[in-house]
Amino acid sequence: MLKLDGATVRFGGRAVLDDVGLDVAEHEIVCVLGPSGSGKSTLLRAVAGLQHLDDGRVFLDGRDLDGVPAHKRGVGLMFQDHQLFPQRDVAGNVAFGLRMHGESKQRQTVRVGELLALVGLPGAQGRAVASLSGGEQQRVALARALAPRPRLLMLDEPLGQLDRSLRERLVVELRELFGELGTTVLAVTHDQGEAFALADRVVVMRDGRIAQSGTPLEVWQRPADEFVARFLGFENVTGAVVSGEAADTPWGKLPVPSGTPQGEVTLLVRPAGVRLVPVAEGLPCTVAARTFRGTHVAVQLQAEGAPRLEAACALRDAPEAGEEVGVVFDVGEVVVLGGAAGG
Amino acid sequence: MAVPVAFFGVFFAYPVAAITARGLKADGVWRFGRIADVLGQSDIRHVLWFTTWQALASTALTLLVALPGAYVFARFEFRGKQILRAVVTVPFVLPTVVVGTAFLALLGRGGLLDELWGVRLDTTVWAILLAHVFFNYAVVVRTVGGLWSQLDPRQEEAARVLGASPFAAWRRVTLPALGPAVAAAALMVFLFTFTSFGVVQILGGPTFSTLEVEIYRQTSEIFDLSTAAVLTLVQFAAVGAILAVHARTVRRRETALRLVDAGATARRPRGAGQWALLAGVLGSIAVLLVLPLAVLVERSLDAPGFGYYKALTRNEGSLFLVPPIDAVGNSLRYAFAATAIALLIGGLAAAALTRRDTGRLGRLVRGFDALLMLPLGVSAVTVGFGFLIALDEPPLDLRSSWILVPLAQALVGVPFVVRTMLPVLRAVDGRLREAAAVLGASPWRVWREVDLPMVRRALLIAAGFAFAVSLGEFGATVFIARPDNPTLPVAVARLLGRAGDLNYGQAMALSTILMLVCAVALLVLERLRTDLRSDRTGEF
Repeated sequence: MLKLDGATVRFGGRAVLDDVGLDVAEHEIVCVLGPSGSGKSTLLRAVAGLQHLDDGRVFLDGRDLDGVPAHKRGVGLMFQDHQLFPQRDVAGNVAFGLRMHGESKQRQTVRVGELLALVGLPGAQGRAVASLSGGEQQRVALARALAPRPRLLMLDEPLGQLDRSLRERLVVELRELFGELGTTVLAVTHDQGEAFALADRVVVMRDGRIAQSGTPLEVWQRPADEFVARFLGFENVTGAVVSGEAADTPWGKLPVPSGTPQGEVTLLVRPAGVRLVPVAEGLPCTVAARTFRGTHVAVQLQAEGAPRLEAACALRDAPEAGEEVGVVFDVGEVVVLGGAAGG
Repeated sequence: MAVPVAFFGVFFAYPVAAITARGLKADGVWRFGRIADVLGQSDIRHVLWFTTWQALASTALTLLVALPGAYVFARFEFRGKQILRAVVTVPFVLPTVVVGTAFLALLGRGGLLDELWGVRLDTTVWAILLAHVFFNYAVVVRTVGGLWSQLDPRQEEAARVLGASPFAAWRRVTLPALGPAVAAAALMVFLFTFTSFGVVQILGGPTFSTLEVEIYRQTSEIFDLSTAAVLTLVQFAAVGAILAVHARTVRRRETALRLVDAGATARRPRGAGQWALLAGVLGSIAVLLVLPLAVLVERSLDAPGFGYYKALTRNEGSLFLVPPIDAVGNSLRYAFAATAIALLIGGLAAAALTRRDTGRLGRLVRGFDALLMLPLGVSAVTVGFGFLIALDEPPLDLRSSWILVPLAQALVGVPFVVRTMLPVLRAVDGRLREAAAVLGASPWRVWREVDLPMVRRALLIAAGFAFAVSLGEFGATVFIARPDNPTLPVAVARLLGRAGDLNYGQAMALSTILMLVCAVALLVLERLRTDLRSDRTGEF
């Protein structure tokens, strides 16, 4: 439904979007995930027609959008900080797009009522925008974006400024809502939890390029490269030399899945694959620090002459800081990454 | 942007070019030697010298009187502060002619001081200097006091805790922060006094003459247009230099100061010293700012039964072709037309300047920004003189058209409109416009739905300024207003130019009327401004 082909945007010689190709199918929820400065907001602005493309094209329903101004594209965009019109009340904000499309007053009133009920703010029509809480503003912004029934709804850091518990609740609500409405959604966020919870498909961006695209499960299980792995929060990444079914690493010999290409590779060991055993039975390590994570304890391990290792331990098994432990690796949690190895 | 550029091209650049040609070209040949010739004359050199030193003296005197005022307004909380702030601002928008007349009534022949103690200052330079202080008090209080009230007092407190005496803390912490604002205000005052026309024309008599007055004299009394043109160019260069320095100062002023909400920094004065300072400032305001206007009103009522006002409705003598009171109607009509033109041109220019352009176009826009300010400083007389010699012959002959006066006044008013609108327009978050566009608003709808509601008040304030400027405009209008259609300031000046108690009294009466009209415009303005402020705070 939405198709980007070689989309490129340069700011003063630097490519903020670099030859990006992306397809979004009807009714699909795609989430673009990346650190700030990776070009994800620019991607949305380019689709909305707010940012001129230096190269490449954007198609919506097969139609080339080149030269179509923003107000004629028929896409919805929810801004990062909502950008509600301060001098209008809630109803005035939600009805804005309807007015621009020449809907009758009566239809506007009906639709505003429907949408406010939909986003969980029934009867808020007359409230001043300034009197809304962050979560309420977010709901009004969503209603406003949905009102003109855009063919594609885009969300820029939709939950970025809200506190954690509200965010977790809203992300579930949003996913349900989009499912019911059958809306096609393209969202961007820097928060992996948000992306994984919301999206059918996740697209990871780095420096204006697409680093990986896949379902949340695929991306989580098999990060395409070291950048994606580290962005997802995995720290146990190292360069390794594979021979046979073992790899030489700073942490000693690690088992690798059969069929792993021989020679130099980059390995990821998930924290769950770092198992603690008595010190004589594995790689001797000192516990440098432990962090309580709610469901488990993350333990930082220091082996002599090697980078730190992170292990996930059950609550009752976690060693104290300073203890000496041994480490063995679980082959099921060792992943071979593409791309170059780094520190 | 095309419309404002064309406007300035035709009504500013073209007249200035015409002045240049008139001054330096004879029989189709450029003669730059004319500049040296004119500047070589001893009386011209005398004018240049006087123009400069009186501007320096006026600036120094204004700073001396107004800086304590700026401090009091910034740091003290006292009853009636809001009203007093408005009172202090009144002089700035008062027509120069009214100010001149008021000081004449205070210091001149038969004036209040003359009657009480036999003191006359109108033959000395003091009358001019005091009138200049009267005018520019608000410039210093608003520019310096505005910043002062936003400086965090805790910075000084930090210095005190580190061992600095109160004076040392002020000198080491506050003064450096204020320095650029003081410099900017001083330059503004210098500019205004350097190009002073109405005040000097009325109070200067035959002895004292600034460049502006001399240009006017050369044009209308001696009919030496080429000397006038050369003097205009000298003035143009001087003003350009001052404006350039001012632009640099202002840019420096915006560097890294920690500003806080002005409301939180003021408190009630404590101790005898602070109360004495407050009393001194209030006293100086009463004597310098309020007294002259009060005397003006009193003098205008000096004849029994509003005699001077009644005389205005009659057409006596050959001074006017119409009764002087007709000038009120003329002034209002011109002011409405000038306001409309200034709003249109200034609004378009401000809208064009709002767009955040980078690169070459951005530089062009910034250049245009500076160009817009030129008429403000280049002095009304230049504008009037330029109109006179440029627009009275083909290709553009507007000599017989009434629109000439509003056009000149609009030219002077446009910078005010731009200055008022620009900060508000720039403050509108660009993404609000984008949000409207994505929701289906065309660029025109975006302007109407997003920008207009936010700038409506600023637009009204700009209109008020343009209106007040147009009402009081004297320097340009005196060149081009036709004898049968004088404006209020022109009529006042003409009445003062004649001997006789009746003329003098009528001038006082007409000045009072002009002052009242301006005061009403200003009152409306101040109301809007406070509304605007409370509105803005209401948002957060």
